[in-house]
Order: sequence, then C-alpha cells, then structure tokens
Amino acid sequence: MRSPAPVGPEATFEATAERDDSWAGRIFRVRGGRHKRAPRGLVAGAAAVAVVALLPLGFVVDQAVSVGLGQAERLLIRPLVGTLLVNTVLLTVTATAAATVLGIGVAWLVERTDLPGRRLWAVLAALPITVPAFVTSYSWVSLTPAVQGFWGAALIVTLAYYPLIYLPVAAVLRGMDPALEESARTLGLGPWRTFLRVTLPQAKLAVLGGALLVAVHLLAEYGAFAMLRFQTFTTAIYDEYRLSFDGPAASMLATVLVALCLALLLFELRLRGRARYARVGAGAARQAERLRLGRMTPIALVGFGALIGVALGLPLVTLGYWLVRGASTSFPLGSLAGTAGTALELGLGAAALTTALALPVSILVVRYPGRLATTLERSTYFAYALPGIVIALALIIISVNVMQPLYQTTMLLLVAYALLFLPLALVAVRAALAQAAPALEENARALGAPPWRVLVRVTLPLIAPGLGAAAALVFLSTITELTATLLLAPIGTQTLATRFWSDASSFAYGAAAPYAALMVALSAPPTYILTRKLGAFEARSSK
Amino acid sequence: MAIALSILSVTPAAGCGGAGGGPGTSGTLTLYSAQHEGPTNALVKAFERQTGASVQVRFGADDELASQIAAEGSVSPADVFLAENSPPLTLLAEKGLLAKLASSTLARVPTKYNSPSGDWVGVAARETALIYDPRQVAPGQLPHSILDLAQPAWRGRLAIAPAEPDFQPVVAAVSKLDGEAAAERWLTGFQSNAKRYNDNEGIVAAVEHGQVAVGVVNHYYWYRLAQEVGFARMRSRLYYFGHGDPGALVDVSGAGVLRSSRRQSLAQRFVAFLVSSAGERALVRSGDWEYPLGSGVAPAPGLEPFDHLEAPSVAPADLGDGHVALGLLQRAGLL
Repeated sequence: MRSPAPVGPEATFEATAERDDSWAGRIFRVRGGRHKRAPRGLVAGAAAVAVVALLPLGFVVDQAVSVGLGQAERLLIRPLVGTLLVNTVLLTVTATAAATVLGIGVAWLVERTDLPGRRLWAVLAALPITVPAFVTSYSWVSLTPAVQGFWGAALIVTLAYYPLIYLPVAAVLRGMDPALEESARTLGLGPWRTFLRVTLPQAKLAVLGGALLVAVHLLAEYGAFAMLRFQTFTTAIYDEYRLSFDGPAASMLATVLVALCLALLLFELRLRGRARYARVGAGAARQAERLRLGRMTPIALVGFGALIGVALGLPLVTLGYWLVRGASTSFPLGSLAGTAGTALELGLGAAALTTALALPVSILVVRYPGRLATTLERSTYFAYALPGIVIALALIIISVNVMQPLYQTTMLLLVAYALLFLPLALVAVRAALAQAAPALEENARALGAPPWRVLVRVTLPLIAPGLGAAAALVFLSTITELTATLLLAPIGTQTLATRFWSDASSFAYGAAAPYAALMVALSAPPTYILTRKLGAFEARSSK
Repeated sequence: MAIALSILSVTPAAGCGGAGGGPGTSGTLTLYSAQHEGPTNALVKAFERQTGASVQVRFGADDELASQIAAEGSVSPADVFLAENSPPLTLLAEKGLLAKLASSTLARVPTKYNSPSGDWVGVAARETALIYDPRQVAPGQLPHSILDLAQPAWRGRLAIAPAEPDFQPVVAAVSKLDGEAAAERWLTGFQSNAKRYNDNEGIVAAVEHGQVAVGVVNHYYWYRLAQEVGFARMRSRLYYFGHGDPGALVDVSGAGVLRSSRRQSLAQRFVAFLVSSAGERALVRSGDWEYPLGSGVAPAPGLEPFDHLEAPSVAPADLGDGHVALGLLQRAGLL
C-alpha cells in the first residue's frame, strides 16, 4: 500500500514536514486565519457518536431531576455520604498516581534499558489486564484479609490497571526521536535529569491519556471494591439498586460520579493544555541507545519478578487451586466451547463497532483540533465513569420506549459495549493518528483523491496498528464485562463472564475456574498485539 | 461513519433472534430468574419434561431483574419472575405488573408465605442463622438473641452484609417485633460492632477462614460452601437462634406471573408446577439446600428440620417492599 518508511535524509525531511504542520503550521493558522476546516461529514459523524455516547448521561440527569427533595435528602445527607466521597476521591487519586509511577517505570525499564529478558517482561507486564478484577480481588482476599480496606483496594486496582498507562507510554518511548535525549546528554545532563526533563515531557500526552482512563474507570469500579469491602459511590449505587430497586435514587447518586468525572476531564485538559505544542510523533527512524543498568540489574529483575508474581501469578495460582481442589470442578466441553464462542463473537463485534465509532472523533480531534473537537471527544468519557447497571438500565428504557425491535438483541448489547469502552478505543486511535504524518494525506488530496479515498487508501493503512490496539483494548474489556451483558444480552446468551459469575456466586469455584481460565487465555493474544502494535508505526519505521 | 453504519445495519441480522418484542414461538415460556442457576435449571428441565413446553431463562440478581421488569413495563418479554426474596415481588405487585395467581396454586403453600393479595406464591425458604468459628467462640458463649450482638462484647467480632437483600428482612423483623426505636438502637450497636461485607458469600468465607468470629447469614450459604470444600473440612458451624427471635427469620423466595405476559395459561401452569410436589422435589434434588414450601415436600436430609427452626411470626407481607428497613439502615450509617 505504501513504500516502507523512509530512512536517512528522507526521514528527516518527513519529520520536518510533520513538525511544520504540528506547530509552526498551527501558529500560522492562528495568525493568518488560513484555518483548515473540518469536512462537514466528519463533524456530523463525530457529533453523532458524541450524542449517542451522551444518552446514558442524559438519562441519569433526567432521572435524578425526577427524584423528590425528600428523597434526595435521604440519599445525599446521610451519615455514610461523607465516607463515600472521601473514599472515592482518595482512592481514585492514590491509585491513579501509583499506577502512573508504576506504568512509567515499567515502560522505561522495558524500552530504555538493557534489562535482561525485556521482550518477555514487556508482554508479561501487560498481562495483568487480562485477569478480571473480581478474580484478582478474590485471590487476595482468600490469601489475607489484610487487603480489605483502603490500602488493599488501592494496591489491587493499581496492579490491575497500571497496564493502561504502561502500554501507551512504552509505545511512545519506543517511537521517540532519540536525538533529543542524545542532545541533552551531550549538553551535560545526567541520565536521571534527561529522563525527567526531556523524556518524560515527550511522553506527557500518553501518560495523561492513560492516567485519565485509569481514574475515570476507578470511579465506576464495582467488582473489586465489593470484594475488598471498600465503599465508594459506585458500590453505594449498586446497594441502592439491591435494596430499593429504585432507579431514580441510584441516578441521583450517579450524578456525583458525573461531577467527579467532569472534574477529572477538565483537570486533564488543563495539564495537557500546556503541552499542546510539544512534539508528538515519530522522529528519526532508529532505536534509542539503551541505558546500561549495570549493578542495578538484579534489583530491577527482582522488582519485575515481584510485580508479575503479585499482579499475575497470584490470581493464576488461585485459579489453579480451584481447579484442583474444588468438588464442583468439571470441564463441560460443550458449555465451555459455546460460551467461549459467544464471548469471542461479542468481543470481536464490540471491538469492530467501538473502533469504528472512535474513528471520526479521533480524526476530528487530532486533525482539526479546537473547542468543538475537544468537547465532542470529552463527552464520550462520561459513560466510562458510570456503573454498568446505570448504562444498561438507560439502554433498556430508551430501547423499550423508542426502538423496541432492538431490545435484547446482540446489536443493542454491542452498542452498550461501545458506550462503555469508547474512551479505550479513542486513546489508541488518537495516538496512532497523532503519529501518522498528515503530509501523506495532504499529498493524496493534492493529487486529486476525494476525502473518502484518502481515508481508505492513506489514513487507515497508516493507522492500522492503532486500530488493532484499539480493538484489542475493547476486546479485553468486553470479555470480562458482566452487568450490561446480564441485562441486555439476547435471552439464553451465556458468556464466559456470566458463567463464571453464576458458578462463583454459589461457591462452585471449581466449576467457575475453567471459565476464568478461558477468559485469561482468550485475552492473551490481544494483549500480545497490544504490546507489539500500540505505537508500531514507529517500530516498523525503525527496522 | 460509513463503516460504523454498515456494522449497525449488519449486526441485527447476525445477532440472535431472541428479541423481546416479537411473538415468541408458541409454547416457549420466558422466565426471569434471580434464583441460582442450578436449582432454576433443575426446575425448568423437570417442567419441560412434564409438559413438553420449552422455557428460556434470563438470569440476574433480584435488583437487576426487578429494575429491568419495571423498566420494560407493559412490553416485558418476561412471562414469569422467580425472585430470591419477596420484596422485589411486592414492589412489582405495587406497580400493578403482576397477575393474580390461581387459587389452587396458592393453596399448595401455607398462606403466610404467600402474597396476601395473591400476586405471588412462596416457593422455597431460607433460614437466617449465625455462622461462627468454634475456635473463637465456644458454643456456650453464643448469643441468645440477634439483639445481643449489638452489645460491646461483640465489637469487631461480628460480620454483616447490610446491602444483602437477606439482611433487610431481619431489620424489618426487629422493627416489627420490638418497635422502630429498638431497631434503631440495635443497628447503632451493629454500626460500631460489625465488619461490613458485601454479601453472604463473603461472610461465610471470612468466618470459615477465621477472619471474623461470627456472621449473620442465610443457612444455605454454609451448606453450599461445605458441599464445595467437603463437610468434614469445614471449620465454621451454624447456630440457629430459634424461640421466635427476629434472628430466626425465614426468607421466602417466590414466583409471580407478569400481567403483560401473552402466555398467561402456560405461565400460570409453570408457577403451579414450581409448588407442586414434582417441582419442589426437583428443587430439593438440585442440591440447593433451600427448604421447599409447597405440597409438603420434605427438605434435603442433613438440614435442620423446618419446624425446629422456631421462626418469628413475621410474614413476607410484613416486610413490604423493604423501604422502612432501608431507611433504618441508612440512618444508622450502615448504608
């Protein structure tokens, strides 16, 4: 489709051309008003996605408003609310910060040092994302009750979600132009300062994007916190449903999550804002020199071993224990194959739909940045901050009242997945677009190709690895999704997650274990794809 | 967007044809079940064998399915709702979503376990009990009443799951038997004594591992864990309060027919089957460890006999849809 990425002088030319567009070009636009206007179709597409993504939010607000004053008082002015607010905010901040440090550290060790076995570590370090959080939490709780409470919850979700930061940061480090770091070193900066003052700022957007995903996701985390006896607004929302079956009351509580999510979005934008003109994208096409760890090697290895042991080994050992010791252990091949097939089908469907929906929004926000693009992009995050049951009930009410034939079809379930996981796809597609030189698209257009053909023939092939990474992330999340699947799947549909839940919730851990093991096994290939393809644009260029 | 649209238009065809709106194949009943899967499937299979009809099941928790049915309203695909507890059935009855059951069905179960207005019927029962770790609490030290657990001696040694639908009825029972003020004092004691767990499963596992001394649960969670790890290897034991104590409350799992169902006669037949001796025997054989309520069927051997439990005289009807208990729990800071 395109010739291999240029090397040598040509590469410099390409990089220069891109840089021209990404900051000088932008400054020019601001001054001269030669504003590149987004095609109307693109804006309409992105707006349509944003509107659909905002449906659950609209539902929540509408329901919350319908709650009477007395009811609102019962919910918001009760002894527990202070605890819930403090818990939710403190845990989100602590775990996000810890996951950020861990994610950056792991990415740096794997991509920038001579750590022995780094290719293996690179894959292993991403794998904790494949183990459902409720399995991880259960393993820990059965090992020691000490993990229950704030620090345990913070530790476990940090270990579960740091790959969301590690993966994009590793991709940026892999593709970064080594020239900058080399210049810094030549000019006398030590390795540590170079990292802090040159490397880290370059990875800023990736770090912020990943941290935002983790933080917003933690607002809606239920399974892990329920198991760890840690109360947040989301667990309180589930409690409200469990005891009062009261949708509006739960929505009232969910508005607090919406407000917290909004705060996170604005905060991230603020941090990001100063980085707006930083150079993003591929530089010269070669690998950076790896730092020799020397005497630090054993320490780094022990650290990695410990990390993989607790984040991945422990839950897997627990699964193995269940398989061996549980009285109910059995391998019903038909059911295993059937549920695995359904999970695979739903996972692939959700991956395709969500990635496709992420495309117009990503193109708009990367190629035509501005207030409108940012607003549309940010509006897709709210559904990610809402508990699955809120999204599912919103879709039930909307589809029952407006689109009856769609109710309890695979289609509606896929839409639910797309709403829940759109931000994951956005992050990956956005990163790939930012790294694909727009000059290629402009050349194609200058040669007379219509926009759709440029998209199909130039843009999509360029960002294919990013699309793959987006699809892989969505696939991983879909495989373990429980609440929306239970409520919205066509009747009789069983996935690995619903089977696991059904057995584990009646103590049949032995029977549940094969389903969890299959979930992990199905998730391994996409995770491998993620470690290779996220940012593979440069990896290919650097061959 | 073009790609997105093409996926949108292709998927429904590829998807399963289980859409709720269309008229289902004749003779196919749709059951929403919050009961555990093993017993539900045992009941469904026995019914299908006996009648030749087919039943499709949507599983979920009480809250999810009750919210779902309420949201679906008059177009609900469900014909029958089998709930784990009575409050969600009461709620749906209050919303006018349940049809009256045949009097012959209701007559198979002692009246006190049914909806007084005939909207739903009790199918199975679970007994509230105290699970304890004999290494931390000698049988002689066990409390006489669930109210005693509010005393300072139990601080940090008690496990409860206040958000579990099984706990709320106990609160309602205390409130009914001893008055709301006593219930409030009792819960304040629990607030300072109890470790809060998310569900009964969590409590049973914690007491079994010696992480906490005693816990308020439903009896069958202990039996299920014992079945999985082996009765002989269980460290924890069950204690029944008896003597009409609110801590000896019986929780009822019931079933009702949706008023919106277009297969009324088949739905009524299914619910009648649930409380028939064939249905209740299938439930017992499924290894569910619940007490069958209909047709005088005997519970599984190994269980404490039902009439030894000395449950308090609190009926599901007294529990209502659970809002009073919820308010009490929230004021005490447990929720």
